[in-house]
Amino acid sequence: MEKQLMKGNEAIAEAVVRAGCKFFAGYPITPQSEILEYLSWRLPEVGGNFVQSESELAGISMVYGAAAAGFRAMTSSSGPGYSLLQEGISYIASAELPCLIINVMRYGSGLGDIFVGQSDYWQAVKNGGHGDYRSIVYAPASVKEASDLVVFGFDKAEEYRNPVTLLSDASISQMMEPVELPEMQEHNPDKFEWSLKGKGEGKARSITSVMYFQEDYDNYIAAKYKNIEKNEQLWEEIETEDAEIILVSYGITSRICNEAVELAREEGIKVGLLRPISLYPYPVRAFQKQKNVKAYISVEMTALAQMAEDVALACKMKQPVYSLAGGMEIFEASDVCNKIKEVIDGKAKEVF
Amino acid sequence: MLKKKPAACFVDNKYCPGCGHGIINRLVAEVLEEMGIYEESIGAIAVGCASLMPETFAVDCIQAQHGRAAAVAAGIKRCRPDKTVFTYQGDGDALAIGFSETMYSAIRNENITVIFVNNSNFGMTGGQMAPTTLENQKTTTTPRGRNIAETGDPLNVINMMKDLNTAYIARGSLTNNANIMKTKKYIRNAFEAQQNSEGFSFIEILSPCTTNWKMDPIKAMEHIEKNVTPVYELGVFVERGEKNA
Repeated sequence: MEKQLMKGNEAIAEAVVRAGCKFFAGYPITPQSEILEYLSWRLPEVGGNFVQSESELAGISMVYGAAAAGFRAMTSSSGPGYSLLQEGISYIASAELPCLIINVMRYGSGLGDIFVGQSDYWQAVKNGGHGDYRSIVYAPASVKEASDLVVFGFDKAEEYRNPVTLLSDASISQMMEPVELPEMQEHNPDKFEWSLKGKGEGKARSITSVMYFQEDYDNYIAAKYKNIEKNEQLWEEIETEDAEIILVSYGITSRICNEAVELAREEGIKVGLLRPISLYPYPVRAFQKQKNVKAYISVEMTALAQMAEDVALACKMKQPVYSLAGGMEIFEASDVCNKIKEVIDGKAKEVF
Repeated sequence: MLKKKPAACFVDNKYCPGCGHGIINRLVAEVLEEMGIYEESIGAIAVGCASLMPETFAVDCIQAQHGRAAAVAAGIKRCRPDKTVFTYQGDGDALAIGFSETMYSAIRNENITVIFVNNSNFGMTGGQMAPTTLENQKTTTTPRGRNIAETGDPLNVINMMKDLNTAYIARGSLTNNANIMKTKKYIRNAFEAQQNSEGFSFIEILSPCTTNWKMDPIKAMEHIEKNVTPVYELGVFVERGEKNA
């Protein structure tokens, strides 16, 4: 497959089609709308279904139905629209159905704004909806990685029968980069015993919360997520081997940190970058293997340093955790370097 | 004529004595079986009293979120156009929290069948006011009777739907044998419209809620005849009989 230059949202949408997804229902919202627009013509080309729903509530409900029928199904949204998806995500998780949800993060609470942000971290990673469930969450740092994680996400959703969230952001989704698209694949909705297809001569299926019939449900559901936490941690490390200060950062922000690592290293400061790719499960193993680290800095585009909590948990608070946070002002590599120096000089304040 | 219980009703239902849901479940089961589509059907079942249905009704089904059954059904039907897909919903579900999903399924003329049970209150949660609650009707949230100056009028959804581009819309009741058989015919027409890809079909059924109305079954049926039917007129409101897809 040849490399081509594509906008993030369009590469994501094409990867959705190539993953064998045949159903999309969603609602326009910036900076996500190109996914909707692209799929409006592309899905019918491959015999799929595209619905522009009257709301995100209806959209995720249609996805719930399509996923129950065994089809690869997805929706995408952003900001306030992502809040409306949470009801459906909880139901989909409770019924143990696979599906893909894309959140192209914008900044702020309420209406917020359409520019880049990472302030949906808590909502996406910790559970936006009610009850005991988790969504597996992947955060791409490039257009190519976004497209790869779409296919990977559908596979993981089916492996664990659980919703998967692709947590993109306005930068990754709106920028153009070279991308090698995944191969086209077909998906067979009848391959699952559980998929709704009419009972035939067999027993009628009931897609609903598994707590109604799963024996020893509490332990069952806890073990399910423990298993995901054990097996599905993904991360990338850059120059962490000898690093005494480790930046922790995901998505578009990690690319600013990449540059900061280079700049700091030029000045002889031993800095590395730990980039979580899976945000749930959080890559705690990456923290446990660090030998030389003296401090972590969580670098993220949120005012409240949302991910810093997970950094503190992952290092079991054995090292101090600092934060470079904020989203109204987008920081540059030099800002990250300044924060590193503040930490070294003992002038920075720990988060906890 | 000796009549066999339809296979879909494989165990006794769990509704209150005198409730209309049991009759409606049975009618849907009979129609699906008589049409030979019972094994190929998929139901999106609402929250509320309807949610008791999957335990006693043997078709493939999914428990929809509160109010979203028509959207869930649309997702299934669009993926599996060869299957018969229906929703089974009460009035709180379909017309209060799910008004948007119900109406937009009609607006898009989704090729699904909505079985809509109007018992003029939220049954499962203990008898609160529903959009269909009659003027002056006492419920747990209208203890002095529904005051339409505050709540607006009882919602006649068929009046709102009948000018949309849909396939089949009818309202039946369960107050006597003749009405029950008429309602069954409406249900059959609705499923036939879906089979013919005519589009959206909607059957509203006036149904007794003996528990929350605090009436015995016979009184409840009399109440429907005397007070409910004048507000919610029975009959066929849309019948297109054309293939849409």
